[in-house]
Amino acid sequence: MAERSTFQIQEISGHTGPVAGRGTQRAVEVCKYIDVTTCIGCKACEVACVEWNDHPFRETVFDNTYQTMPTTEWNYWNLIKFAEQERDGTMMWLMRKDQCMHCEDPGCLRACPADGAIVKYENGIVDFQQENCIGCGYCISGCPFDIPKFNQATKKVYKCTLCSDRVGEGLEPACIKACPTGCLHFGTKNDMKELAEARARQLREYSGFADAGVYDPQSVGGTHVIYVLHDATRPELYGGLPANPQIPLTYTFWKRIAKPTGLAMALLGAVGIFFHRVFIGPKTPQPDPAPILKRAEAADEIETGKKENS
Amino acid sequence: MRAFVERFDETARRRFAAIGQTVVYRGELLRHPVYTRFLHWSVAIFFILALLSGFAIYSPWLFRWIAPLFGGGPTTRALHPWFSLFFTIFFALQFMNWLSPMAWREADRRFVRQLKEFAANKEKLAPEDTGFFNGGQKLYFWAIVISALIFLLTGVVLWFDHQFPRVLVTISYVMHDLAALLMLGGFIIHLYEATAAQPGTFRSMINGAVTEEWAWTHHPAWYRAVTGRDPRESYERARRRQAERERAMQLWEREQDERERAGAQTAPAGKPEP
Repeated sequence: MAERSTFQIQEISGHTGPVAGRGTQRAVEVCKYIDVTTCIGCKACEVACVEWNDHPFRETVFDNTYQTMPTTEWNYWNLIKFAEQERDGTMMWLMRKDQCMHCEDPGCLRACPADGAIVKYENGIVDFQQENCIGCGYCISGCPFDIPKFNQATKKVYKCTLCSDRVGEGLEPACIKACPTGCLHFGTKNDMKELAEARARQLREYSGFADAGVYDPQSVGGTHVIYVLHDATRPELYGGLPANPQIPLTYTFWKRIAKPTGLAMALLGAVGIFFHRVFIGPKTPQPDPAPILKRAEAADEIETGKKENS
Repeated sequence: MRAFVERFDETARRRFAAIGQTVVYRGELLRHPVYTRFLHWSVAIFFILALLSGFAIYSPWLFRWIAPLFGGGPTTRALHPWFSLFFTIFFALQFMNWLSPMAWREADRRFVRQLKEFAANKEKLAPEDTGFFNGGQKLYFWAIVISALIFLLTGVVLWFDHQFPRVLVTISYVMHDLAALLMLGGFIIHLYEATAAQPGTFRSMINGAVTEEWAWTHHPAWYRAVTGRDPRESYERARRRQAERERAMQLWEREQDERERAGAQTAPAGKPEP
């Protein structure tokens, strides 16, 4: 379903001018659908991610939960977040697979000043191109989900690729393949949305989760990783999933409008100064070395000059 | 504190004067000693490097053709904070060096109020109370002081961005840009005023000396302070001298013309055939 053809580049960070792949093909948007309610927190997806991407096994950090470490890392892109929650006098265990959300309007891409360091494909996958990354870290502050992570040694930023290398070959992402309960699904955005809505309806109608729903935040234009949550009204419970993720104004208004305006004003100033020199002229040390002709004399001279020429 | 700054500055000035030299010819005045010139150009070099590398990251329109100057995007990003650090260090020294002549005075307020007249360039002579620096120069200096502080504070946040909260980084990003635009605006005007707009100014930062004519035209109060003469009187005297010289020259020209005419009448016309 998702072949190489859908890997036409749709958006490029820090790029001026048109984008070659934009709108050239029938858009098949891919999507990962995570059913939080059937996740058992086995961490098979974490291992599969590390395995497929050839990351070294790293030390885990124990912080009194079952989480492998507090947050995702530059070489640990997939993390199950464990949260305990009281409901009807009993304890509920919320386990959410945290990774890049592959936003339709990616904050990281908006923030990035380096040409081609972040690209978004026609199929919706947002991918970092480390060879173009300048290591400024703006993407880290542009991401509402706290996903891009900086590597001190290489001075580059890394994150989940949605296994773009597997998807390009028509395979599902590694995490999907490893999931034993079938709580992870992969397909087109429309199919996954439908599947997720059906599951949410099931939870509302038959399982007593009246607030169950799909998490597909429209404040970033929707995401290419969607969740079904028991309580979609409070996504914060699931290890700090933002209810209303926002790209900072500095990367939308400031970057798109204020910055070019400032630059244009500086350019206008430079042009203005050039014409100040042409029209108004310099302030020379006084008295001027050459005797200044009076206006009338100057006019006369121009007149006589005309006569001589004709 | 003030005593320390002055003592430090005085010592540095003396040490630099011992190494370098400033030649002041007759009819000239010493304006910027070696130490000041050294600081000015150190600040200028690192300012331009930081400005260019910064504007590469500022906008995608500039990235493609400025980043290669510094060896590509990653090195531009890596070098920018170091350029800025050296700029900050040298500017701190420059700040100490110029603290007293840059003090804001009543004359400067008047100067700023008459900025329009200054730009229109109707009055060739600066107001008589214009000291070592005029109001515009002081305005630029203090704008740099303020924006350098903003640069430093926000720059540290952007340099070590993963150590600071996300909100602080995004705010710093905007403040850093605003300071850059303020600096760029001032810099364009500074470049113009120091070269094309006021002939005879640029040499003050190269040779260290300016002509007396330059001094009484642009900084009359300073001229009075260093020479003890009245700037307007000196100007009038120069004008009279120039008029006198002009008259003498015209007299000489006329004499020459007459002599040639007389010679042409006596000598045979045209050249002999070879």
